[in-house]
Amino acid sequence: MILLMVAVGGAIGAPLRYLTDRFVQIRHDSVFPWGTHTANATACLIFGFVSVLALPDWAYALVATGFLGALSTYSTFGYETLRLLEKKTWFLAFANAAASVGAGLGAAYIGAAFAAAL
Amino acid sequence: MQREDGELPVDSDVDVHFPRQRRELPDEPWAVLAAISLGGALGACARYGVDTALPHAPDAFALSTLLVNVTGCLLIGVLMVLVVDVWPRLVLLRPLLGVGFLGGFTTFSTHIMDAHDLLEAGRAGLTLAFLGANLAGGLAAAWLGVTLATRATRLRRSGRVRR
Repeated sequence: MILLMVAVGGAIGAPLRYLTDRFVQIRHDSVFPWGTHTANATACLIFGFVSVLALPDWAYALVATGFLGALSTYSTFGYETLRLLEKKTWFLAFANAAASVGAGLGAAYIGAAFAAAL
Repeated sequence: MQREDGELPVDSDVDVHFPRQRRELPDEPWAVLAAISLGGALGACARYGVDTALPHAPDAFALSTLLVNVTGCLLIGVLMVLVVDVWPRLVLLRPLLGVGFLGGFTTFSTHIMDAHDLLEAGRAGLTLAFLGANLAGGLAAAWLGVTLATRATRLRRSGRVRR
C-alpha cells in the first residue's frame, strides 16, 4: 500500500518536473538552469508545508516521498552544475549551487511557517 | 545558442537548445510522458527501499539521501554520454532512465528537509557537512560518470576494444 502510494506520487511528480522545466526553458533563453531550479524550489516549499501537517502514512508516502521526491531531482542538479563547471562558467555553477540550496531551505521554512500559521 | 556536435546538454531532463529534445514532446507526447512516469514511479520506489533499509533519526546524518543522490549523479553522468554518443536514436531512453528513474530516485526536496531537520535540532555543523557531502559527492560522482563513460565510448570507437 505504502509502496503503491510512492509509485503513484513518483509517476505524477517526474513528468510534472519535465513539463515545468520545458515550459520555463522555452520562455527564458539562458544557460542558467531555471527550469530545474523552479521544480526543486517549488518541491521544497510544498515539502515544508506538508512536513508540519500530521499526514497519515499513506498520504505522506504519496505526497512527500513520491510526488515531491520525484518533482525535485538531485541527479539533474548535480549534472547541470558539473556541465556549468566544464563550460568554465564558474559564476553560473557557483550561483546554481548556492541559489538552489539557499532557495530550497528558504522555501522549506516559508512552507513550514505558512502551514503552522494556518 | 548553437551546440557543437557531440557536446553534452547542460540540462539532463530536457535541453531545448537541442532540436531533437525540443521536438520530442510535440512529436510523441504520450510515449515521452509515459516513459517519464514509469521511470519516476520505479525510481521513487527504489529510493523508498533505500530509505527503509537505512533509517535515520531527524537529528542524524541522512546517509540514505546522500547515497541515492551520489549514486544518481554517477549514473546520470554515464547515461548522458551513452544517450548522446552511443544510442542517439533511442529517443525514449533519456526520458525513461534520466528524467524518470534517476529523477525519481534522487531528490532535492528530501535533502533540503533533512538539512532543515538538522538545523531545527540545533546541529548547524552537521547541516553544513550534510549539504557539502551531497554537493561535493554529487559533483564528483557526475564527473566520474561522464569521464568513465566518455573513455569507454572512445575506446570502443577507436577499435581497441572488440565487441
